[in-house]
Amino acid sequence: MTEKKIPGEWPRQKAEEFLQVFYKGAEFTKELMEENEKLRYKVMQLEEGTKSKEADPNLNERLVKMEKEIRSLEEDKERLLRIHEEVEQENKDFADRYIVVQEENNNLANLYIASHQLHSTLDYKEVLRVVLEIVINLIGAETFCLMLLDEKHNEMATVAAEGIEVHQVKNIKIGKGTIGEVAKTGESYFSQDLTNNTELDLKNPVACVPLKIKENVIGLLVIYKLLVQKSEFKNIDFELFSLLASHAATAIYSAKLYSQSERKLSTIQGFLDLLTETPQRKPGQEPETPLT
Amino acid sequence: MAKHNILIVEDSPTMRQLIIFSLKRISDCNLVEATDGVDGWKKLSGQNFDLILTDINMPVMDGLKLVSLIRSDEKKKNIPIIIITTEGAEEDKKRGLALGANDYIAKPIQSHTLLEVVKKYIH
Repeated sequence: MTEKKIPGEWPRQKAEEFLQVFYKGAEFTKELMEENEKLRYKVMQLEEGTKSKEADPNLNERLVKMEKEIRSLEEDKERLLRIHEEVEQENKDFADRYIVVQEENNNLANLYIASHQLHSTLDYKEVLRVVLEIVINLIGAETFCLMLLDEKHNEMATVAAEGIEVHQVKNIKIGKGTIGEVAKTGESYFSQDLTNNTELDLKNPVACVPLKIKENVIGLLVIYKLLVQKSEFKNIDFELFSLLASHAATAIYSAKLYSQSERKLSTIQGFLDLLTETPQRKPGQEPETPLT
Repeated sequence: MAKHNILIVEDSPTMRQLIIFSLKRISDCNLVEATDGVDGWKKLSGQNFDLILTDINMPVMDGLKLVSLIRSDEKKKNIPIIIITTEGAEEDKKRGLALGANDYIAKPIQSHTLLEVVKKYIH
């Protein structure tokens, strides 16, 4: 079947097609004009830029100067950063030194207190108590004893103890075993292993320090066990041991001599009283003050 | 500035001297010494304290008894107490804290440790 053409239909279709082409052309033209506008604007900007460059002949110079300034500022920044680092390091050094000084200060305080307490009395028992206190509180020992030389039997005898009874520690012959060897040589002994001291071994102490007057060993400080929280000897402990070695020895010796002299003095005083009273006494009369 | 009153209850003169030496670095504090629990309790009756440092093992009255007494006293129960413990004193430490002690320091005392602990309770 052939399609019949309606009269007047064809020109209308053509006209519509033409109109569409026209509209597209119009849109395209509009886009082109907009693009043109943008390009013109850019050209104008470029022209202005060129003009201003031409107008400022020192621009290059200024740029170079600014670059120099930037470089100089960067160098300054580097320098300041270096100084900051140096100051920071110095600060850290000062902080470290402060800690060391503080520790030294504490150690000196401990030594001062120990020495002060040792020489604060001439009472023999009091001196022994002070030595025990120092060893407990400043060194941190749990079980230990203090031995003194028994010259008559050439052995060390326990006079005070902590954490153990005095009678439990037997006398030790000079030169016998670790303790006897310390008494003989006058050289301190420190065990390598301080942690493995749970079992109380009276023959193998963790530390044995001789108490000396000049080169003469008059006694020993024998440590068997340290406090649980104490795992090692620190520098201050060795300094305290060194202080005890000499100061405790002299304090104990002085106190012993003093108590002996006190006893002698009271005996002599008793004799003197007796002598002065004798002439007044009637025959058969008892002395008023009994002699001790 | 108001002074902080600190009571030090310790039977050992060596320890007392060491504690006093350390605490003297705190400028605004007034240190009072007591030689045992009974002495400490007497001192507590006559003065107000901001902090108490007490040893555990003492003659006459020990530190634990003192802590217990202070915590049961209406006027004194809020004073912070620091106990000083010694050898194998884990039990003492636990008992002290259970009785109401605020903190503890183990012997041998380090000056800086003592200061750190004390400064927690005095401002």
